[in-house]
Amino acid sequence: MLNLRTILLALLALPFLLTPARAQDVDIPASIAAMGEANLRELTQLVSDLAATGDPAVIPALEALAEGDLYLDETSGTVVVQRGSTHLDPVSGDEISLGEAADLSRIRVNNSLRRDIAAALSGMTLMSDNPRTRLSAAQGFTARPDAANLPLLDEAIAAETDTAVLKAMQTARAVTVLGDGDSALEDRQAAVPIVAQSAGRAASTILNAALAEAPEALQATISSAIAGLEQERAVWNALQNVWFGMSLGSVLLLAAIGLAITFGVMGVINMAHGEMVMLGAYTTFLVQLVIRQNFPFLLDQSLLIALPVAFLVTGAIGVCIERGIIRWLYGRPLETLLATWGLSLILQQTVRSIFGPTNQMVIAPTWMSGSFEFYGLSITYGRFWIFIFAAVVFAMLLLVLNRTPLGLQMRAVTQNRRMASSMGIRTPFVDAMTFGLGSGIAGLAGVALTQIDNISPNLGQNYIIDSFMVVVFGGVGNLWGTLVGALTLGVANKFLEPYAGAVLGKILILVLIILFIQRRPRGLFALKGRAVEQ
Amino acid sequence: MTVVNRMIAGLGLGVTMTLGGFAGTAIAQEDTIKVGILHSLSGTMAISETTLKDTMLFLIEQQNAKGGVLGKQLEPVVVDIASDWPLAAELARQLIEVDNVDVVFGCWTSVCRKSVLPVFEELNSLLFYPVQYEGEESQRNVFYTGASPNQQAIPAVDYLMNDEGVERWVLAGTDYVYPQTTNKILEQYLLDKGVAAEDIMINYTPFGHSDWQTIVSDIVTFGSAGKKTAVVSTINGDANVPFYRELGNQGVAAEDIPVVAFSVGEEELSGFDTTPLVGHLAAWNYFMSVDTPENEEFIAAWQDFIGSTDRVTNDPMEAHMIGFNLWVKAVEAAGSTESDAVIDSIVGLETPNLTGGVATMLPNHHITKPVLIGEIQDDGQFFVVWETEDLVPGDAWSDFLPESKMLEADWTAPINCGNYNTETKTCGGAPAAQ
Repeated sequence: MLNLRTILLALLALPFLLTPARAQDVDIPASIAAMGEANLRELTQLVSDLAATGDPAVIPALEALAEGDLYLDETSGTVVVQRGSTHLDPVSGDEISLGEAADLSRIRVNNSLRRDIAAALSGMTLMSDNPRTRLSAAQGFTARPDAANLPLLDEAIAAETDTAVLKAMQTARAVTVLGDGDSALEDRQAAVPIVAQSAGRAASTILNAALAEAPEALQATISSAIAGLEQERAVWNALQNVWFGMSLGSVLLLAAIGLAITFGVMGVINMAHGEMVMLGAYTTFLVQLVIRQNFPFLLDQSLLIALPVAFLVTGAIGVCIERGIIRWLYGRPLETLLATWGLSLILQQTVRSIFGPTNQMVIAPTWMSGSFEFYGLSITYGRFWIFIFAAVVFAMLLLVLNRTPLGLQMRAVTQNRRMASSMGIRTPFVDAMTFGLGSGIAGLAGVALTQIDNISPNLGQNYIIDSFMVVVFGGVGNLWGTLVGALTLGVANKFLEPYAGAVLGKILILVLIILFIQRRPRGLFALKGRAVEQ
Repeated sequence: MTVVNRMIAGLGLGVTMTLGGFAGTAIAQEDTIKVGILHSLSGTMAISETTLKDTMLFLIEQQNAKGGVLGKQLEPVVVDIASDWPLAAELARQLIEVDNVDVVFGCWTSVCRKSVLPVFEELNSLLFYPVQYEGEESQRNVFYTGASPNQQAIPAVDYLMNDEGVERWVLAGTDYVYPQTTNKILEQYLLDKGVAAEDIMINYTPFGHSDWQTIVSDIVTFGSAGKKTAVVSTINGDANVPFYRELGNQGVAAEDIPVVAFSVGEEELSGFDTTPLVGHLAAWNYFMSVDTPENEEFIAAWQDFIGSTDRVTNDPMEAHMIGFNLWVKAVEAAGSTESDAVIDSIVGLETPNLTGGVATMLPNHHITKPVLIGEIQDDGQFFVVWETEDLVPGDAWSDFLPESKMLEADWTAPINCGNYNTETKTCGGAPAAQ
């Protein structure tokens, strides 16, 4: 069966064999066609055969293979490239219409094959017309240096006009020369500073690898370059740690800031706060689901669309909770604690029954994926935008509390309920709105957390303790305290983690907070005045 | 539309679950054989264990359709241990003493198994435990149908060492008994293989850890020493999503620093977009993507039972299937569901697994399994890149730890011991280890 198919494929490919001879004796269409039935070992051989032709005609097929876009139609035995809903011939690039009976199965590759393909492609695309392709080819050479490529690199460098690409090519050349035992010692020595300067985060990997195999004369140069790099890194590492800490702090801030309203301003011990965060995350999931099914072009904006929806949904639920449960329990903190704890369990199990216990998926928009280099810092986009978002939410909340009539009423009611009431403020309405605002902000945190945590019914539980910790540490009733508290805890955590490990680090933080609260029971920014005495 | 449907289906499922639980305790019929199902249906472990409860209901339904066991129908008794381990021990006692179940299938975490062990020993009942675990244990009343370290961790490390040329190792795990013991075995194994101590980095994180920035950045730094580096991950379910997200965001590609995971399967991957993870590895004894007629049939029947073609299958589900089939065979061979009779008759019994091999119950109450290494694909499935040629027999006591290498477990006459010391020829473990 299998043999028959191979013979048929070979026969089909016969006309190509008769066309003018290619660079080598490899029959490109037949080799690509043979990929359909090949096992991993055969596939590796086919890829190296194809790469050896140096023929640009094989590039689309190899790219598709590495990307997982190359498919075998089990019915007809043809190999096709799948692009969206269309199917292309892997050699000519012409569109093929597959019959109704088509049964596509992907031609799968593993890591080592992916590396082989990337190496082969860099060789073939180094002279491409597109500067971006040339750049990625040069980067490919840096990642997989091979002395056999030196002449090709030299040729490409001579012809290169784009400065960025030229720099990448020179880096690739330096890396290759450095690792090549046959190159002259002076050349290898000259390559060391180029590698140290321009290979970025990979520089120390490359230099360390070269150090192991370098002759003695070269070792001194490499060692001093590594020492220099390490010194530089030490400074950047400290800064990097500060960033990690601020980023962790911004997540804590987002999670805690809603609680700073319900617990801090209103004095309600709200154990269901975490579940508001969780509901915000599930709202995001639902919004994205609707967008994916009905408006796929908006997918990249789905998080932005989810923000107001999550705010309104969790805010409305918050109002219902306040009106239904909490308003009967004002002034009875123990009962409130138990009631909201029970509520949090109910919410969790409800979500589990509806959506199932498994994690749900929210796709990261492209503008939140990957990372960028900022001088010596490596910053991931996801964390960066969450940081910005936390800052914006905080600023908005300050504005609402200090510059709007609602904010004024909130402060009035929390400071002296009876006097506010005699002034004509509808205190029940203000209570409901305040609780709704706090819950809505928890929902916003949920939207952001979809990007870094599991969307599961347990999502909120992971944050409730941390949130209380931040609010108590920062000082109950003070938003600035929450901000400073969150950032301090984040940065302290990240500086302890490398020394103490993640587990012990967390314990140390708790111990420090206990000690701190002993000294200053009202937290960092204690409220002063008569309001405190109530 | 689909969302609403799913909601309704979910609500329905919740209701039947509760009803099932009540029905089990309320009706006591003499002409049925009761099967206890001891899994977490709420709390942190619900994410993994709910599926196993459904798997057991599915297997029991299938067996009943075939006429049950010994001419009697099987009756499931479901309890929810709510990820609370002392409660697990209480509920295990209730299952055996009050509900009179003849066998229990359950637990996921090692701490759950450890807390119910004394109950099964005291009341002489049977537990089938379906999850890969750290080994260093063999108990007469327990059957370990998941992988022991020599059926998962050791072959995975061998693969990385031989096929990927890895020389530098990060052992990252969640801070509890399974990762700690597994990493202890792996560290000793690597040192024995000639890996230098400074080429091994061990890192533990709390349950549900979500801020991986520092650790991933440390891994990148550790990997920049010029030697091929890999991460061996015993990170537990819930913390994996943020870990892999951070890996993807910091640009750690599988081609550079591959991560091989022992607790990440199809079920865990169904929670996120796997595009940035393509090429990272997992070691299991079963993958949903394995192309055998048995597997195809199992998946079709399972999806039909659960009513959704989106539901995946995974390794612990296969382990439950194997355990269940072995128990059925043992009961039929013994002609009784009585614990001692089943323990005597089950050793040496065979049942086909889903990957085209045979699972045999060994005298140490572990089973034979193939070891598969799979690469994560962008559809959340695994592509098998390597597998052992033969079935690997499960080893209760690791041969790589000095305190357990002389120990063997054998629950057949004349030894009948879970920690038989082959040097002193006595039962009772190693004096040095006490």
